[in-house]
Amino acid sequence: MKIPLSYSWRSLWTRRLTTTMTLAGLALVVFVFAAVLMLAHGIEVALIDTGSDDNAIVIRRSSTSELVSQIERDAANIITTLPQIARGADGKPQASTETYVLINLEKKETGDMGNISVRGISPGAMQLRPQVRLTEGRMFRFGTDEIIIGQNIARRFQGCEIGQTIRFGESDWVIVGHFAAQGSAFESEIWGDVEQFMPSFGRPVFSSVTVRLRNPEEFTRFKASVEQDPRTQMGDVKREREYYREQSALMSSFVRILGLLVTFIFSIGAVIGAVITMYAAVANRTVEIGTLRALGFRRRSVLGAFLVESTLLSLIGGSVGIGLAALMSFVRISTTNFGSFSELGFGFALSPSIITASFVFAVTMGLIGGFFPAVRAARLNILTALREA
Amino acid sequence: MGESIGRPMVEVRNVSKSYHRDSIEIPVLQQINIAVPEGEFLALMGPSGSGKTTLLNLIAGIDRPTSGEVIVQGTNIGQLNESALARWRASHIGFVFQFYNLLPVLTAFDNVELPLLLTNLSKSERRNRVELALKLVGLADRMAHYPKQLSGGQEQRVAIARAIVTDPTLLVADEPTGDLDKVSAGEIMDLLDRLNKEFRKTIVMVTHDPRAAEKAHTVTHLEKGELA
Repeated sequence: MKIPLSYSWRSLWTRRLTTTMTLAGLALVVFVFAAVLMLAHGIEVALIDTGSDDNAIVIRRSSTSELVSQIERDAANIITTLPQIARGADGKPQASTETYVLINLEKKETGDMGNISVRGISPGAMQLRPQVRLTEGRMFRFGTDEIIIGQNIARRFQGCEIGQTIRFGESDWVIVGHFAAQGSAFESEIWGDVEQFMPSFGRPVFSSVTVRLRNPEEFTRFKASVEQDPRTQMGDVKREREYYREQSALMSSFVRILGLLVTFIFSIGAVIGAVITMYAAVANRTVEIGTLRALGFRRRSVLGAFLVESTLLSLIGGSVGIGLAALMSFVRISTTNFGSFSELGFGFALSPSIITASFVFAVTMGLIGGFFPAVRAARLNILTALREA
Repeated sequence: MGESIGRPMVEVRNVSKSYHRDSIEIPVLQQINIAVPEGEFLALMGPSGSGKTTLLNLIAGIDRPTSGEVIVQGTNIGQLNESALARWRASHIGFVFQFYNLLPVLTAFDNVELPLLLTNLSKSERRNRVELALKLVGLADRMAHYPKQLSGGQEQRVAIARAIVTDPTLLVADEPTGDLDKVSAGEIMDLLDRLNKEFRKTIVMVTHDPRAAEKAHTVTHLEKGELA
């Protein structure tokens, strides 16, 4: 049988100061680790949840995003009449031909200019995006110069109150409503009538066509229809969710790689802290180790006891770190998405896999930190250890 | 373990022990022969450096002779590998140390229970044995106390309870009264005497204290690594 867990646990408690200091180091590193993953996941959630599995988006082949995509009106007309597209109650295809451009607005806090996405939509757009709901004011009327603004933009940029007018695309636009979209990237956009935006921006072409499929399994046939027709074959068809996943990849990967690199460097410090703590624990308890061995406990039991101790240390540190990181769920960030060069609001999103990864990371640090001191404890000669008394 | 009728409990045959410091060989014991019958209470005495603790460690199986054999209850313990020797110690030897060597973070109960964790006994059986051992040493009411909450004499009694809780073949005690005042030392020696007489425990004890040695049936003197 093994040396009782209570021995490891109480031994940690006996050295409260060093234990607390080591715990703080481990907790800090786990906090950074979890927060980085939460941030990257938050970006993915914001962008991926923007898309829907039922929808498909068509952009121009080789375009990395809507921003650089062009779909001619003729091609768009053909695409929106394809049979795989769901029909609304009025019998019309559920599709939105859209234009997507960037404008500059002044930030409330700093007065700096920031890029804002402006999306011109067709009347069918709201059916495609049921997550969008007005939080204030009303929906804009098609055929007018009215616009609605996502709540993330309304909060952070000047002149975005209902009733105010914004000038862009050589026109003045009246704000009639604010909208939310369940934290997705749409909340960082300005929406208006695509037919009003296109002449205003001097753009004769759409940026994209988004459609709702009759069912998600029709995607392959819809894609083949678009890509095999010579009139529409310049179009690249993607599931909407997949498109937004690609849009998030650059930024989330950047955050994840940079963050994990920083965390790795931090973790070296935490592991060194754990090593020092555990070596001190072994040095202070040489006689105890000698006694346990004399009583008949084997080397591997001693090794196990010290590894359990460092694992306990890391589990507590990990729990504290994850607990602190969980508080970050209440923080929302808004910054420029490298994928679209436009403002994107997102939060720190915790997930079960991040909790698991954080605990695995914490325990790994604990085991690495505890391993060599534990080996040293296990290799102590009984007589040498007992002579320390 | 092979138990041989008529053979002594402990046989030390032609045992020599030397240590190496750098390239110099330091002899500690030379050609020692001792036989300890079952139920014996043997005191090993001698000046510092005479090799008495080394001899005790060899008998207890926490050290190995350079030459010769140590046979306890028919088992030549020098032939056991490290793992087997650890198992053998757990079931055959009860240790009593000069400085008690209790684990400070464990209660008296938990300290006494430690050797039983190496057996297959159930939790309730372990509890019964620990309570019995602590009752025997007169500390049934101190089970939940930590070592620092006990006097030196009480700590040594907990250590004795730990030594007897597995009902070992042999008790080895290294200066059991060395860190105690006169009264406590007397109590400890009375307890060891009782374990020997009432419970037929074979005891090998190293001591400097002539009063402690008075309780032993046999006193063996060592000087410069040889029997005097």
